Amino acid sequence: MPDFLLELFCEEIPSSMQESASHDLQRLVIEGLSDAGLKSNASVLCSTACRLTLGLSGVPEKAEDRFVERRGPRVDAPSKAISGFLESAALSAIDQAEIVRDGKKGDFYVARREESGRQAVDILSALIPDLLDSFPWKKSMRWGSGSLRWVRPLRSILCLFGHSGSKMRVVPFEIEAIASSNITYGHRFMAPAVPIEVTYFNHYFVQLKEAYVILDPAVRRETISREARKLASAQGFELVEDEGLLQEVSGLVEWPVVLMGRFSSDFLTVPPEVIRTTIRAKQKCFVLRDPVLGTLAPFFILVSNIFPRDGGAEVIKGHERVIAARLSDACFFYEQDMKIALESRNEQLRAVVFHERLGTQYERVERIATRVRSIAARISADLGMASRAAWLSKADLVTEMVGEFPELQGVMGRCYAEAQGEAHSVARAIEDHYRPRGPRDPVPDEPISIALALADKLDMLTAFWSIGETPTGRKDPYGLRRAALGVIRMILDRELDLPLLPEIDGNKDLLSFFLDRLKVHLREQGFRHDLIDAAFMPQGHSDLLVILRRVKALDEFVNTGEGCAFLASLKRVGNILRAAEKQDNSSFGSLLDFVGLELQAEQDLFRHLDRISPDLDTHIARSDFVPAMVMLASLSPLIDVFFEGVVVNVNDMALRETRLKLLARVRSVSLKVADFFRIEG
Amino acid sequence: MVGGDLAAQMSPLNSFQGLIFALQQYWAHYGCVILQPYDMEMGAATSHPATMLRALGRRPWKAAYVQPSRRPKDARYGKNPNRLQHYYQYQVILKPSPPDLQNLYLKSLEVLGLDLMLHDIRFVEDDWENPTFGSWGLGWEVWCDGMEVSQFTYFQQVCGIDCNPVSGELTYGLERLAMYLQGVDNVYQLNFNGGEEEDKVTYGDVFLQAEEEYSRHNFIYADTDMLFRSFEIAVGACKFYLESGKSDIRHELVQPAYDQCIKASHIFNLLDARDVISVTERRNYILRIRELSGLCGEAWLTTEIGSF
Repeated sequence: MPDFLLELFCEEIPSSMQESASHDLQRLVIEGLSDAGLKSNASVLCSTACRLTLGLSGVPEKAEDRFVERRGPRVDAPSKAISGFLESAALSAIDQAEIVRDGKKGDFYVARREESGRQAVDILSALIPDLLDSFPWKKSMRWGSGSLRWVRPLRSILCLFGHSGSKMRVVPFEIEAIASSNITYGHRFMAPAVPIEVTYFNHYFVQLKEAYVILDPAVRRETISREARKLASAQGFELVEDEGLLQEVSGLVEWPVVLMGRFSSDFLTVPPEVIRTTIRAKQKCFVLRDPVLGTLAPFFILVSNIFPRDGGAEVIKGHERVIAARLSDACFFYEQDMKIALESRNEQLRAVVFHERLGTQYERVERIATRVRSIAARISADLGMASRAAWLSKADLVTEMVGEFPELQGVMGRCYAEAQGEAHSVARAIEDHYRPRGPRDPVPDEPISIALALADKLDMLTAFWSIGETPTGRKDPYGLRRAALGVIRMILDRELDLPLLPEIDGNKDLLSFFLDRLKVHLREQGFRHDLIDAAFMPQGHSDLLVILRRVKALDEFVNTGEGCAFLASLKRVGNILRAAEKQDNSSFGSLLDFVGLELQAEQDLFRHLDRISPDLDTHIARSDFVPAMVMLASLSPLIDVFFEGVVVNVNDMALRETRLKLLARVRSVSLKVADFFRIEG
Repeated sequence: MVGGDLAAQMSPLNSFQGLIFALQQYWAHYGCVILQPYDMEMGAATSHPATMLRALGRRPWKAAYVQPSRRPKDARYGKNPNRLQHYYQYQVILKPSPPDLQNLYLKSLEVLGLDLMLHDIRFVEDDWENPTFGSWGLGWEVWCDGMEVSQFTYFQQVCGIDCNPVSGELTYGLERLAMYLQGVDNVYQLNFNGGEEEDKVTYGDVFLQAEEEYSRHNFIYADTDMLFRSFEIAVGACKFYLESGKSDIRHELVQPAYDQCIKASHIFNLLDARDVISVTERRNYILRIRELSGLCGEAWLTTEIGSF
């Protein structure tokens, strides 16, 4: 079967968008083809700074024939309706339509015909321009006098279709004055400036490689990674691995050439994070480490897009010059910063606005310092150290270094605090209080760090809630969802006994925000949604750890035989109560008095409830939900015997009510453990 | 210097002014009108009406010019090797952006003496935005061996108005580029005139004292009372011209009104450098200028040139 090859050649695509765009392209083409009745087999997907490439193999020559049926008007419809139908169904006379009998609504016409499948080339030449016209770029632009939106100006389109091994032909279409063709271009600098004509599917990849384009991003990453390690180890160093940087850099080059430069070891007096950030963020270069000492080495690795005629001397010299200037800036900042005691910087925070309605960073530090005391007390962290760390937590925001590299906030605070003689755990907490910085960043582990990280995030949340700046839809400019998730993860991962409501100033709305985030988090952890619902008690609990324990216990319980049996019994209880309550239009309270119970089965059930209640309460108070649920499960055989031997809805209204109240007691005792009625199945 | 080797003296590899001449020639040859700097203080060459206003409307336009750019906050008392509160940008604006703009740009680098098989030229994502003038575009910063030497932007919106057609804008950072071409690490050591020995005039000879004086001015002495008042005067004048220029068909005072936006914007930058504007106020100042520049842009579209 034939192959399909599409290459969209354009001006430099931002590195971060290349791979997601090529996946979108693949998805949209495959979906579009399959909607048109064409199923394809395997696909090849590539992207570079200047192109997105999609290759499909095993695309049928034409779509399968389809039987099309179109319903028309009633046979007695006015002639205008009939002629409209003829036109839309492409019939020349009404006797070409069939009549379908319908006794109720009246007979009507139906046009039936077999539509022969369209040629794949025709489908593609309509599909591709449509798809380019509405391509889901995160950010796109127009250029020249045109109206097409693309990530950067689109320059040429190679679009071919044909049997493998034979000449492919162009899928003809035109968009924004670009006609599809069999032409592409090689590397901007290294390939001769002549168009490349592509005839065969497999040749495309070879031809581009000969024109200095490595199409596959994974191959570029491997090349860079391998060459970088080689250069590093030749000097006796090792590469400081950096996945994010590797990803970015491999999207900036079509032909990666890895080179090594050096900088003066005088710069190594500044903290390694500063050197690494300077070289990484501003120059997109890798740093090296001395494997013995564990310190940074005065070398860096750069990735060039050309293999320079002189072997790289000029390119290296240029990078060395820029990096030296950057590092000398960084050194200057570091020395300036070190002249000022971190503590004395808090005064400057009075001039830094945190948010126009929430005051300055100084006021924020004061709030965090107050908050950290109550949290530290609850989670047994050292009060003095926690307060000290809180007091210094934002001081680095007004340092020169953080002004230059905002991503070093916290890190610089730790460096300066350590250098200025603060206790190690205080310094640690200054850095770690920003953690977790994302869903995969680990939560802090030292109690002081945890207390400060909680205080910081809870202050953010309560403060923004107090002025009504809460996340809506996709908008969350202050990262409040991330902050809430951070709090949740700290409480759950570090098993903190810290009911939230008092910590968020009793704000019910914020609590429900937290509970929503907790639900999302638990679902991401793989818990069934109905078990999560069952673990959220209707009374609204603010102790997240209790909810986690309950959902874990439920997860275990519903997978045991006893658990299933109990749920089935309880369901019957619930059903009969609901029906009776609907009928009586009232709800039944628990039966607390033995008097009036006539039959053995109901007496046994009552006694058993009495017997288990005290222990059950103890388990619940300790959040020991596993034994609590085992205990509830012991009710299940008694409930079943009750339903076998006792008629609830008897004519004696007093007796009926007593029995219903007994069942209501089963219900209310169960609901103390979890909201079992929300469990499905 | 009289009777020296003119070609060597004017080579972009040897002199700052030679770099400018080379760019002027290259873009003149391409068909640009070569303009002179706008006679007002501004933060970037983009604010020149030849870019900001001419980018609006359908009439094609090709222009190139040097523009002194003032960034009061970047003052460093002449101590920083490459940060200046007054520096030069070389600006090229082509409307509509031609399809071979990247190649045109690369050829200009070759003309300046950069061998593209010796140097690693890269287009690195960098979206441009000027919130004060409600303007933004997508493009890149251009790197030469890791050093940013130019901005390359396709304007999408100017003065809050969609650009149609889209202009391509190139901004060469002249000092950076000259430092690269001359192989100099400190801007003040740049050879300005291409002379040698006693004939040599450096960038420092021309500008170091000014950088020192303006640093004092920008951070310490700039008269903030006067500046606050001037800001209001400029804003008031801008509104007055916008109102007075209205006629049935065309607006007749757009450029005088727009000049006042440029003025207000520079005064705002000075006040910002003096650190007398709080974060909240900062936003308000920016919004006020943005609103006025938006009105100027709309008015421009009713003028003879803008409505083409």
